[in-house]
Amino acid sequence: MTTRPRLARRSAAFAAIAVAGALTLTACGSDDNSDKPASGETTNAANPPGGSSSAAAPAKLDCPTGTLQGAGSSAQKNAMDEWVKAFQQKCSGAKVEYNGNGSGAGRQAFFDSQVAFAGSDASIADADVAKGTAACKGTPAINLPMVTGPIAVAYNVSGVKDLVLDAKTIAGIFAGQIKTWDAAEIKALNPKATLPSTPIQAVHRSDKSGTTENFTKYLKAAGGDAWAAAPSQDWPSQEGQSAKGSDGVANVVKTTAGAIGYMEGSFAENAGLGVAQINTGAAAPVKLTPEAAGKAVSAAKITGTGNDLKLQLDYATKAEGAYPIVLVTYEIACEKGTPADKLPLVKSFLTYTSSEEGQSILAKNGYAPLPAEIATKVRTAVAALS
Amino acid sequence: MSTSITPESRDNAQRDSGSRRSPKADQAHGADAKPNKTQVRLGDRVFLGLSRGAGITLLVIMAGIAVFLVVKALDALGDNNGNFLTDSTWVTDGSKPAFGVAGLVGGTVISAGIAMLIAVPVAVGVALFITHYAPRRVAQTLGYIVDLLAAVPSVVFGLWGLVFLSPKLLGLHTWLSDYLGWIPIFDKDETGTTARTLFTCGIILAIMVLPIIAAVTREVFLQVPRAHEEAALALGATRWEMIRTAVLPFGKPGIISASMLGLGRALGETIAVAMVLSSSQEFTYKILDPGGNTIAANIANQFAESNDLGRGALIASGLVLFVLTLLVNGAARVVINRHKEFSGANA
Repeated sequence: MTTRPRLARRSAAFAAIAVAGALTLTACGSDDNSDKPASGETTNAANPPGGSSSAAAPAKLDCPTGTLQGAGSSAQKNAMDEWVKAFQQKCSGAKVEYNGNGSGAGRQAFFDSQVAFAGSDASIADADVAKGTAACKGTPAINLPMVTGPIAVAYNVSGVKDLVLDAKTIAGIFAGQIKTWDAAEIKALNPKATLPSTPIQAVHRSDKSGTTENFTKYLKAAGGDAWAAAPSQDWPSQEGQSAKGSDGVANVVKTTAGAIGYMEGSFAENAGLGVAQINTGAAAPVKLTPEAAGKAVSAAKITGTGNDLKLQLDYATKAEGAYPIVLVTYEIACEKGTPADKLPLVKSFLTYTSSEEGQSILAKNGYAPLPAEIATKVRTAVAALS
Repeated sequence: MSTSITPESRDNAQRDSGSRRSPKADQAHGADAKPNKTQVRLGDRVFLGLSRGAGITLLVIMAGIAVFLVVKALDALGDNNGNFLTDSTWVTDGSKPAFGVAGLVGGTVISAGIAMLIAVPVAVGVALFITHYAPRRVAQTLGYIVDLLAAVPSVVFGLWGLVFLSPKLLGLHTWLSDYLGWIPIFDKDETGTTARTLFTCGIILAIMVLPIIAAVTREVFLQVPRAHEEAALALGATRWEMIRTAVLPFGKPGIISASMLGLGRALGETIAVAMVLSSSQEFTYKILDPGGNTIAANIANQFAESNDLGRGALIASGLVLFVLTLLVNGAARVVINRHKEFSGANA
């Protein structure tokens, strides 16, 4: 008596699974690619090397199924979250997990072959190139610039709007040389502003971070003798206050009168802080906008070879309208030698992130889209992954 | 058919588990144990094997972790250009890494010390109030609230400390440095800038460890033999005298144990300190100035972006924290053992 209904129920369940399976298959099956594309060529054919079509058409993706794991930079975590969401909407069979546990951790996981790609605030260090090669079965690991963002110098000084600073002054402030807001150096740059005599509270990151590294690179490159310390992920001096994370810095700047701090642009915007314009030596001080940051990135030199697109930024750029304090973060992946079961996913996901659609999502989140020339090169490099 | 376990078999199972749990007790009370005491059943053997296996696995895992940590730490220490114990810098990148834990150990001890100075008296007071003063209903509610406090995640304390508490404490900082500035630790170099200091961290840590200490001491105070208390009262002691002569001496080892539990948490607290403290690697004893750092907060701040060497160095600092905690606990054990004879604990 009891067995028959159970059997019936079970067969009903089977039917349900079969239907569901058929549905998902049809959902993704239009491109005629099942779980395993036969080889790299077919994926290329389905998705011609990007960049050639300049129209902002939605990214054309072949949708492999499976789970892709990435880890690394927390600076690009927000971008990744948006990308993953959009990508998974397009490709229902694909799942991307990005763990924003830090660039160092991401690179390490990549070297240990735990993740198929790593997000990193810095390109692979010379000392680690061999590790990357080992993780990629003897072929080099490549740096693909993917997320760039301006670093804001945000301040909290009552009654002061449209503050203008230059690299030397910023360096002086953060080195503890310029101590009050009405100092001559600041006055010279802001002749019209009424500056209070409030002491300056410079706020820096207490945690190790790529933001600090890029900011100190800028101070070193553009600040001249006002900044002596070498660029590093740790704040190199004992001056000023510190706070954990860009959100922490934004919070402290917001709650401390006379404070100034550096953070990714989106944090300054979300906290509603005033952001300093940078006098780069160009005709007019540069405001922080995604376009202005993009201009600085496009002035960068590519120092990597082949498809390795390691960038060297010109922080001292005087180009008109280029905002010089930028953070470039990379995706690190194997040029060849990604495990065969992960390759279609890596390729498909990075194709999406580097597509115009993917890049245009960035601007909405306080990042800057890659400049066209570099984006084209990234797309070519992604298409050549095999 | 779903209820395949009959009441009878459940009974058997219970009896089995009973004899498994306490074979010693069975032997001791030989007479009223079940008749099958000499006969070792298969189930007994299997369970013995399983539990022994679990114990051994645990030990092996622990040993494995310890070996891994020590090896990683030694690797990093080998590349250290500074003195690990006396330096207070933390540079793990570049060609000449140099790192040392002096400043970190100092900050850890100072912030935990402040926490204990505040938390222990308050916690003992709370426990006494709950056990000896409050009406039963109030006591129960208060007990629940204290326990609830223990369930608040530390990141919440961190956020609260950063956004709410530290701005409010700026005035206290100024007041302390104005009136007590002649005491070196209350001396303040920087004028009223921020209250994200070791002192504030100590206060937040105190709030965090308070429920642990209060909960344990409350239980200890409830264990005080009724006879002691009644004897004290009968001899004409007031309630406070009764507490002083009967409750506190009896509870002393318990208070110390509870404090050690709390101190363990205060020494190891990570994210709240990392979020609140305006840290620097240099050692500072001036608790009203921003600066200083703790071992655990430094690990939280550094770990994500550290390279291999940096992580090894952090692990080494973690081992220092471990040794520090061990020393403190050992010291507490000595104190407890000495006090045991004089208290009523073994009456």
